[in-house]
Amino acid sequence: MTETAINPVNPYLRMDRMPSIWCPGCGIGTSVNCFARALTQAKLDLKKTAVVSGIGCTGRVSGYMAVDSFHTTHGRALAFATGLKLGNPELNVIVYSGEGDLIAIGGNHFIHAARRNLDVLVVCVNNFTYGMTGGQVSPTSPGGAKFTTAPYGQFEEPFNLPYLADSCGAVYVARWTTFHVRELTKSMRDAMKKRGFRFIEVISPCPTLYQRRNRLGDGLDAMKFYQDKSVKKNGADTRDLRIDFQSEITVGTFVDRERPTLADAMNARYKEVLGPRYVPCPENYLPPQAKGEGT
Amino acid sequence: MGADPRGVLTGQHYLDGNHAACEGALAAGCRFVAGYPITPSTEVVERIAQRFPTMGGVFIQMEDEIAASITLQGGVWAGKKAMTVTSGPGFSLMMEHVGLAAITECPCVFINVQRGGPSTGLPTLPGQADMMQARWGSHGDYEIIALCPQSPQECFDYAVKAFNLAETWRVPVMLMMDECVGHMTERVVIPKAEDIEVVERNFTKKQPGEYKPFDPGDGWVPEMAKAGDGFNLFVTGLTHDERGYPVMNHHAQEKLIHRIVDKIRLNADKICEWEERETEGAEIVVVSYGITSRVAQRGVEIAREKGIKVGMLRLIVAWPFPEKRIKELAPKIKSFVMPELNYGQMVFELERCVAGMTRTVLVPHGGGEVHEPEVIAKAIIEAARGGN
Repeated sequence: MTETAINPVNPYLRMDRMPSIWCPGCGIGTSVNCFARALTQAKLDLKKTAVVSGIGCTGRVSGYMAVDSFHTTHGRALAFATGLKLGNPELNVIVYSGEGDLIAIGGNHFIHAARRNLDVLVVCVNNFTYGMTGGQVSPTSPGGAKFTTAPYGQFEEPFNLPYLADSCGAVYVARWTTFHVRELTKSMRDAMKKRGFRFIEVISPCPTLYQRRNRLGDGLDAMKFYQDKSVKKNGADTRDLRIDFQSEITVGTFVDRERPTLADAMNARYKEVLGPRYVPCPENYLPPQAKGEGT
Repeated sequence: MGADPRGVLTGQHYLDGNHAACEGALAAGCRFVAGYPITPSTEVVERIAQRFPTMGGVFIQMEDEIAASITLQGGVWAGKKAMTVTSGPGFSLMMEHVGLAAITECPCVFINVQRGGPSTGLPTLPGQADMMQARWGSHGDYEIIALCPQSPQECFDYAVKAFNLAETWRVPVMLMMDECVGHMTERVVIPKAEDIEVVERNFTKKQPGEYKPFDPGDGWVPEMAKAGDGFNLFVTGLTHDERGYPVMNHHAQEKLIHRIVDKIRLNADKICEWEERETEGAEIVVVSYGITSRVAQRGVEIAREKGIKVGMLRLIVAWPFPEKRIKELAPKIKSFVMPELNYGQMVFELERCVAGMTRTVLVPHGGGEVHEPEVIAKAIIEAARGGN
């Protein structure tokens, strides 16, 4: 009789919901594996951790994590997370969603959450397409690639997500592919230990739709491609991180800085103006600075 | 249970409806507001922004109404009583999250200070043309509760009640004000905190593992939990089972929709509230709500001076509609007359309930001002004479 091996990330997952909906070769599960390991390494209090997602393939991540899971509406995960974090500042709030959800329909919430420096970690799985609805063009779709709604090839300018996050004020910006599991795990762990708007882009294969339509092979081919074409440049200027069709992919940690979070700024302002009349929410809440943590 | 004294401005005040609604929300224990400026509702969030920091509340002005209407739901799952405030164009944008609040049974309050529409319409002038949108505006089957105050005092009273109903039934509750009520200044008496009935959230006492966040037990409304308490909550806008887990089949759909609809429909008697005047022996009954009920009162007086036996039924809770009472009155009277600041909305619900038992006469108005009382009186008199 052989012993049943238990995957060390199982305790972090809702195993009663397995198998997941993700296709063979999809990178979302790989990113979740890294995420679960990062949760262990960062030693976050899982009772005080919530994952918030929008809609789409990556939007299903919240529902597989064995923490408080909020599967909200399309594009609005960050707006929901704003309420959750301000309503209970002791929660570790992670927003986990795809690029269509966070950047297209959710773009307005994204830029404002970054501007405010809302204290959330945002993991954005970028597979260049809308997977859940069958492979439509997305705001990061590279020029020339084909999609069901761009059958003659995409001709719009794609978003460079690290540049967007950087220019809107994110305090931590990184990009990895699902080939870079160790780097991605470490990046997630590092980001979990920081405060403020932290953004990690995860370039991920979609063999069923993006790759098949563009004749790019299967999941393994994507791994080989990421291995060959990724260039690690920590601290690279985010303006230079554009991704074109099958172009080189610059990965690394690009931004790591400090600035007051939304709650820090709010507490500081009210305290300055109202003095002892200020009653924070919740009333027993001490800003991390007062506890000797954070910035 | 009484209110938290810090949120209660006990005493007599001279307030407009918007400020009074803000005070009602504070008295009810609201400590989280996400807003976006829009005329004629903005004074509510302006007062909130000033009042909250000294009483443990969080106010945030979001980037749009779509955001505000879900940010408040994040606040609710963090454990707060929460609301947002808007008017027609913003209300349209919020419909997405009325549906989310309905399916996730998120207790929350939406204040809509109605103005003339459609689209940008009449930003500074009154309307009552969002009444059907309040009920049906989001896609799918669900129920909400809507209240219609007619004075600043009622803006206070029914803001408190809106939160109480939201907590009792775990539904989005709409406080359907209008520009006139919002900007009208009158005496508002705010009772002592202990004299204000406040319904607190029914947090579960069960342990993680035995608690199912969408299991109503023997009743209609599940107990609540909040994020951070170790329950590993799963809250989704997808059709879900008692655990909150998505289930994509018609059995789960039937079970969930049946409950979120029938928890209101089958309990309408406990929720409905209306005011009647002189309906005993009346041959005409005027049905109205909000600012129009105050104008209709004058119309009724004019008609009575001319010898018409006319009574009034004023909707305080517009949704659910007082179907049972309408069905009792209908066979006894010659006609209902319904003035509203729209081209026919609640009158359709009235007609449905009347079901041909008597006549219903709409007195429409496109909004921008209130009815002339004489127009309502004329409609009453013509209805009494049997003409139209």
